[in-house]
Amino acid sequence: MLNCKQVTHLLSEMRERDLRWRERLPLKLHLLMCAGCDNFRKQLDFLHRACREYAQGRSDSTPP
Amino acid sequence: MSVASNSSASGNDPSQLLRDERFLTGLRRDMLRFAELQLRDPAAAEDMTQEALAAAVSGQARFSGRAALKTWVFAILKNKIADHLRQRRRIVDAASLAREAADEANFDEHLFDRKGFWRPDEHPDDWGDPESTFAQHQFWAVFEICLTQLPENTARVFMMREFLGFDTAEICRELGIATSNCHVILHRARMGLRLCLDQRWFGPEG
Repeated sequence: MLNCKQVTHLLSEMRERDLRWRERLPLKLHLLMCAGCDNFRKQLDFLHRACREYAQGRSDSTPP
Repeated sequence: MSVASNSSASGNDPSQLLRDERFLTGLRRDMLRFAELQLRDPAAAEDMTQEALAAAVSGQARFSGRAALKTWVFAILKNKIADHLRQRRRIVDAASLAREAADEANFDEHLFDRKGFWRPDEHPDDWGDPESTFAQHQFWAVFEICLTQLPENTARVFMMREFLGFDTAEICRELGIATSNCHVILHRARMGLRLCLDQRWFGPEG
């Protein structure tokens, strides 16, 4: 069984490397049962999207 | 105050759009901030912004509006920053990087109990719909503050990855550090950014 700390590390590493099969299944199971970690996963997604938007000049310093 | 027409005909060339002084001033400011965050070197940031704008003006491409032009100018700027970082010998200071990474343990201790589960008041919340957040002009100011609050070297590695699109292997190679170390640094950056946004934007006062 993975704990939340391990899950946060795996969720972050997923963005750098492909997870192994033996990592993927326990991760999936944990996320199904743990709302906190599932929110954390969504937050990392949010961060990634924010970075992409920001790096495309989305941040608008001149409001209309 | 002059209100520039926002119904620009499609097929505008960059030099025409960049003649709008108010737009140009805002664009330059955003570019400078973006470059400075990553380079922490105002002179180099200024040079790169200047070069990217010059390249945009002399480019042959046509744009259907300012947002498209801005995205394109930022793409030029990102390439220039990436080249600059590749040419530089020491992008980050290895010793401070190691120190910053060591802080990571403290981070986890703060968030998780002895068994590695979320402490009740650290339980992550649902941040809601990203798009509606991105539409808020104030959000980006907070986002920038949070980036500046990351430890310097950690921030640089993170921005190489997330803004400039370096792959992790290249970053590790350039920095001369082990892959697992690289992952720890990136994780540390995400945790820091997440906590900062959670407190400053999504928190009770946010």
